[in-house]
Amino acid sequence: MNDFNRNPLIDLALRLYIVLAFAFIFAPIAASFVFSLNVDRFPSLPLGGFSTVWYEAVYADPLVWEGLRNTLVVGAVVSVLATALGFGAAYTDFRYKFFGKPFYLALALLPPTIPVVILGLAMLAFLSNVSLSGEVHSVIIAHVVMCAPFAMAICRLRLSQMDPSLEAAAWNLGASEWMAMRHVIVPFCRPAIFAALFITMAVSFDEFAVSWFVSGLHETLPVKVLGFLQGQVRPRINVIGTFVFLASITLVIFAQILLMKRSSLPKAGSNAPELVP
Amino acid sequence: MTDQALVVFDGVVKRFGNFNAVERMDLEIRKGEFLAIMGSSGCGKTTTLRMLAGLEAPTEGEIRLAGKRINDLPTWRRDTPMVWQSLALFPFLTVRENVEFSLRMRGVEKAERKKRVDKWLERMQITEFAERNVAHLSGGQRQRVALARSLVTEPKILLLDEPLSALDAHLKVRMQTVLSNLQKELGITFVYVTHSQSEAFSMADRVVIMSRGRIEQIGNPQEIYRAPRTRFVAEFLGSSNVFAGMVSAANGDALRIVTPSGEFDVARNPAKALIKGDKATFVVSGDRVQLTNEKPAGGVNGMEASVVGEEFVGATAVIHLEGADGLELKAQKSHDELERLNLMPGATIWVSWRADASHILPGE
Repeated sequence: MNDFNRNPLIDLALRLYIVLAFAFIFAPIAASFVFSLNVDRFPSLPLGGFSTVWYEAVYADPLVWEGLRNTLVVGAVVSVLATALGFGAAYTDFRYKFFGKPFYLALALLPPTIPVVILGLAMLAFLSNVSLSGEVHSVIIAHVVMCAPFAMAICRLRLSQMDPSLEAAAWNLGASEWMAMRHVIVPFCRPAIFAALFITMAVSFDEFAVSWFVSGLHETLPVKVLGFLQGQVRPRINVIGTFVFLASITLVIFAQILLMKRSSLPKAGSNAPELVP
Repeated sequence: MTDQALVVFDGVVKRFGNFNAVERMDLEIRKGEFLAIMGSSGCGKTTTLRMLAGLEAPTEGEIRLAGKRINDLPTWRRDTPMVWQSLALFPFLTVRENVEFSLRMRGVEKAERKKRVDKWLERMQITEFAERNVAHLSGGQRQRVALARSLVTEPKILLLDEPLSALDAHLKVRMQTVLSNLQKELGITFVYVTHSQSEAFSMADRVVIMSRGRIEQIGNPQEIYRAPRTRFVAEFLGSSNVFAGMVSAANGDALRIVTPSGEFDVARNPAKALIKGDKATFVVSGDRVQLTNEKPAGGVNGMEASVVGEEFVGATAVIHLEGADGLELKAQKSHDELERLNLMPGATIWVSWRADASHILPGE
């Protein structure tokens, strides 16, 4: 659109709207970050003075370290399992036509639409029935269920950008189905697979409700935070909040970068000038 | 089966659900020939090619490659490489890695791979792009990569599925020459699927014309062009005028056929024995009819028709006409010839042709 077709007032209003929307989203996080570096006991204005005392307190707390360790172990294992499952589900959707496929897809994408409290309760009931509750692996199982649909959605998007002839071309050139998977499908999906690893790790990292139900004594960091809150409000919460936020946003940004780097492959026989006759 | 046959389709049928994509196909593809399979979309030409490549399994019948039944042989165990309409180059690999792919899949060792890839890069004149990503090549270069990738295993047969359809006209003709020369130099069989008459006729030794899953005619391009077998072929090839009627007189070489548009003298076709009372269909090619304002002098076939419109085709024009009975006719004429005619839409004009300009369709 040409500049002279734009109303400067509407332009300004839209810009303001964006700024306000971001401010609304990020103000609490920013506040948490600011107060984490404030020496005062309670979060109030004016600020008392710069201090890393709360960071030191968190650093010295063995409970926090244990929570972090659980979170990291769960996050790492969940991201790998959920991505593997999600990729498999997406490939099934891409490759095969079968009876009841819409039903299959709906089921596969269902978990994120279930309220987490219900999912958490159901998980707890089920896992304790089969004597799998209250352990680190309980959280892993629950998180894989919750994260796999995200991984599937990401891989499906990538597969939908693939020339459907590509896999058949690999077979035609002497690759068995397994070889085509390894040498064509997986390399093509590599950015999506990494993006799915990061996103599922971020989801697992942040997830609180289901972890709270099934983790028992092996609490992850978000569950620990609740414990702290129930005890007493201390700026340590701000420190952990800042840390969790930075970790998650970093993972999400990595994933976004990978997903935005689409293959800029021109269609066959585009009319680019030919360099040699 | 002759010694010449590399591929034999023996009563091959392919069904998708209720849809018959290919019906009872019998076809021999000879060693070292350039065979074009032509037809409009949905005629079964691509399905035929995909069955040969091993990407579809025939529902019935048998396909033999070099005398061996290959119905159940997976595509990766056949050496029937295909050049795809989309080219299907691997976008995450360089030119060299693309060309190398089938050798790697077949476990050829590294030094040998390099030697063979280098040879084909050289041959297709793409050596200078070897380390480039295929996304950064022009259309013509990508075609060459696709050809090199398929030919690097030195197969006996190469399948091509409308590989030129996305190129502009100039590049298309240039690639036709490349393909034609390549096929002659290598002496291997090319099976080329296309909907384009000009591509098929300019490159192929033999052309198969398909319609609704059936072969309508097989022959060399001149044969098909001069002597179409069925109405479909005649119409598919373009400017033919088709008359259907009944033989009213048959004396020696002379044949008269009554049609709703009139009664005409027609040359006999040795491929079709006709006696009085038989049904017959004949065509007159659009470039062999005369147009005149007045009724032509005796000894020729003629009929009146009204002008529908004029289509500009470069140095010539195609005049669309309609007979009194609604029959659609076409005449292809140079612009000079048309100047002395009254071609206002709706004007009546005489269409005439000599008996030997007509051709009886033996398949009707």
